[in-house]
Amino acid sequence: MTATQDIYPQTPTLDQDIQQLAQSWRHPRGIFGWLSYTTHQAIGMRYIVTAFVMLLAGGAEALMMRTQLMHSNNGYLGPERYNQIFTTHGTTMMFLFAVPMMEGMAIYLIPLMCGTRNVAFPRLNAFGYWMYLFGVLFLYWGVFTNAAPDVGWFAYPPLSGPQYTPGKSTDYWAQMITFTEVSALCVAAELIATILKMRAPGMSLNRMPLYVWSILTQSWMIIFAMPAIVLASSYLLSDRTVATQFVNPAEGGDPLLYQHIFWFFGHPEVYIIFIPALGFVSSIVVAHAQRELIGYTAMVLAQIANGFIAFGLWVHHMFATDLPQIGEAYFTASSMMIAITSGVQIFCWIATLWSGKPRLTTALLFVYGFIAIFVLGGLTGVILASVPLDLQVHDTFFVVAHFHYVLIGGAVFPLFGAFYHWFPKFTGRMMNERLGRINFWVLFAGFNLTFFPMHILGLKGMPRRIYTYSPEMGWDQLNLLATIGAYIIAFGGLLFLVNLFWSRKFGAIAGNNPWNADSLEWAAASPAPNYNFEYLPAVTSRYPLWVPAEERTFVTGTRTDRREVLVTTLMDAQPHHRYILPRPSIWPLIAAICVTVGFAGSVFNGWYITWGTIISALALIGWFWPKRPLDPAHD
Amino acid sequence: MKRAPTVTRFLAAAAQLVLTGCIYNKQSAVNPAGPQAGRIDTLWWSFFWLLGVIFIIVMILTLLTLRRPRRDFDQQRIETTHKASEETDSRLRRIITGATILTIVILFVLIVASSVVGKQNSEFSTAPNQLTVQVTGNQWWWQIEYLNSDPSQVLVTANEIHVPVGRPVQIRGLSNDVIHSFWVPNLNGKRDLIPSRVTTQWIQADHAGEFRGQCAEFCGLQHAHMAVWVIAEPEDKFLAWYKAQLQPAAKPSTPEQQRGQQVFLNYECVYCHAIQGTPASGQNGPDLTHFGSRRGIAANTLPNTTGNLAGWILDPQSVKPGNHMATVPVSSTDLHPLVEYLESLK
Repeated sequence: MTATQDIYPQTPTLDQDIQQLAQSWRHPRGIFGWLSYTTHQAIGMRYIVTAFVMLLAGGAEALMMRTQLMHSNNGYLGPERYNQIFTTHGTTMMFLFAVPMMEGMAIYLIPLMCGTRNVAFPRLNAFGYWMYLFGVLFLYWGVFTNAAPDVGWFAYPPLSGPQYTPGKSTDYWAQMITFTEVSALCVAAELIATILKMRAPGMSLNRMPLYVWSILTQSWMIIFAMPAIVLASSYLLSDRTVATQFVNPAEGGDPLLYQHIFWFFGHPEVYIIFIPALGFVSSIVVAHAQRELIGYTAMVLAQIANGFIAFGLWVHHMFATDLPQIGEAYFTASSMMIAITSGVQIFCWIATLWSGKPRLTTALLFVYGFIAIFVLGGLTGVILASVPLDLQVHDTFFVVAHFHYVLIGGAVFPLFGAFYHWFPKFTGRMMNERLGRINFWVLFAGFNLTFFPMHILGLKGMPRRIYTYSPEMGWDQLNLLATIGAYIIAFGGLLFLVNLFWSRKFGAIAGNNPWNADSLEWAAASPAPNYNFEYLPAVTSRYPLWVPAEERTFVTGTRTDRREVLVTTLMDAQPHHRYILPRPSIWPLIAAICVTVGFAGSVFNGWYITWGTIISALALIGWFWPKRPLDPAHD
Repeated sequence: MKRAPTVTRFLAAAAQLVLTGCIYNKQSAVNPAGPQAGRIDTLWWSFFWLLGVIFIIVMILTLLTLRRPRRDFDQQRIETTHKASEETDSRLRRIITGATILTIVILFVLIVASSVVGKQNSEFSTAPNQLTVQVTGNQWWWQIEYLNSDPSQVLVTANEIHVPVGRPVQIRGLSNDVIHSFWVPNLNGKRDLIPSRVTTQWIQADHAGEFRGQCAEFCGLQHAHMAVWVIAEPEDKFLAWYKAQLQPAAKPSTPEQQRGQQVFLNYECVYCHAIQGTPASGQNGPDLTHFGSRRGIAANTLPNTTGNLAGWILDPQSVKPGNHMATVPVSSTDLHPLVEYLESLK
């Protein structure tokens, strides 16, 4: 009995087909081969692992900051080092951990959930990963050569301009943004194409799992938000390197223009991180409460509305810049609207859990933790939307508390839930539940101990980004609590790593669908083979694996001797035509190296843009060079 | 009037204590000393209680999802079909709709309340007895200038603002280098100081007192050491202070102080600092005409004492690493007179 037959009892057993499928989707061998992988599981896992390493790096930086702030007048880090570390922490967490992690999870899960064999553009996918990796190496090369950025993850001019921050550190930072943006745009394009055109036959838009909806929303947001940050970082970089006058007031530029463009990206960025996490929550709630979601339509609309509203509230980061009254009122209202759309989703999850049969697994525990933390963070968000209150707590530790509540509570807790939920699909083994529970409670306690006192510190006048404070300010005790909490979080992270490595080796064998979950990724074997499914599934319900086994359907007749997938129609997912995905290739890596030469070199000498463009064009010619014979089977 | 339940009163007292009690209150958003900060404080506590109750309700509902056994729907059905009964679903849908409508209503009220407070806090543009203080941000100190249509009444000082109790004060914000943010939480929220722009804000103290403020927008290496004191005093005391500050610097009265003045004028000090009534007229650093009357050194990094001043002059980079004051090689015989002279500039 093949793996698929567990789920689809009527599958024909054609060993020959399956062998041929495995042959067509085989990874190339050797180091060179390893660098040529294009399957979504391999690329997705590379994203996840790299982003996890970045989480550890960002976490280590956070511990250094908390150690410095442990008590007043601490001499552990000087101002220069402290500024470098908080900048690198913010940059790492936002650009190099959170977004790529969410993208990696989506690259891994979306083709499985949509019931196809790979993303729409596998080579672009590989190229996107290499660009991300080179962005990571570029920034950290700066960090380890004592050119770490030190002007904040937002890099406001004129502080970040040529006059006040000479040297290369800000240039590294600005160009690192370009790397990650290219990568994010690649991922967004291929995920949108995959979701809209490669869903399993029958998976009409209204049968798409909420996670798939969340990634669709997020990807569109990336496409609209990322150009803004490319613009902002390019303004800054060209002001610094070729003396343009976009945002440098000394040359007649406008520093507020930079802030507008930065936050036009920066606020959607937060939702780009947490909307996929809301998708994790929906998947986990449905699977672990064992019932269909209440208010599916409302949730989809709320999620899309979130995506739209996210672009209309950037100015609440700039209330202190002295806006006209009418602008303040507008942005207060638009910021508070997010509470409506988020509220709807919270209500729907609570109702689903209420009327379901929740099994309190580690994954679901993380969802409960998410609700507690995220709701509190959302409520402090309402406070920040109010202009008079924001003017008091803006740029204080109150804001630090708020956004860690929404980003750790709203994104990292669901992410850990997602690790516990999908680990069996990634590795074929279950994670240890007992250690998982301990892991959850340690993280939950550590988190609240670290960040709750910061609300009070902010109200008691402690601004952000200060490297020290004097004892008479009375901030010592609460800071010490926060620092203790930070070390507890670090211990929680360590427990997770222990569980990860232990479970990978010794965890219970999972089987296809250990949670009796509803969505298509659980129809594939665990871990999923390169081709995902022996027979592409067809879908008749929003919860395809909860229809009775004898009613589950699948597609036969596709070719197995090449990397063939089905393209379906956008709305109803009717089979449209067969589409052949390209074979593995080393060209995406070569192209990424060429682009990197241009990007990285331009920080030192503008001519590198020219040389980089020329070699990148050559690499692309190589990438798209047609192979003979032109029979697509051999391509 | 009905008394609130004991538990509620206890919680209220505890919250008030944690947020306003016991410790340092001179730089606190929840210890208002003027009408602007007072309105924000009232708004804060309204938000706090309203949102706090919402949080507790949501948490109780969330925890109740774990209770066993359920009586209100068919467990069996969930196991086999993964669906609850149609009545359960429609009842829950009605509750979700109701909760959403309630959310919208509450948010509407909060938006209106915020806008009203915002409007009140910026409504002073016609105050007849207003004072206008121009605050200019510098890395890492504040230049303070009392504007007046009569040039002889314009007063320049640094890192310390005296205001008369009960009079509205307009803060006119500028910056000479990067973006800073002027924030004295006991009096009002913050306002950025942006190069190439002018921002405005109103503060007013209801009673005499000393209120500390600190730069709130990251401005580089010494962002942490950029504090300002606002000293509110009765009108007559304020006017006396103002009058004294308009005078040129006190003449050195002892031989030691005279020597100190020579030291000051002979060293590099004069390139950056001005002392009215002497040839020293540098504009890059704080005006020192009445330095001895100020409470802090280096944008209030240190209290203004003889020992601190000597240490600061000898090695400013160890007190405030990265700051723009040059390390001037003052010989040990010159140091004491110099400190004595500066301290005499009351």
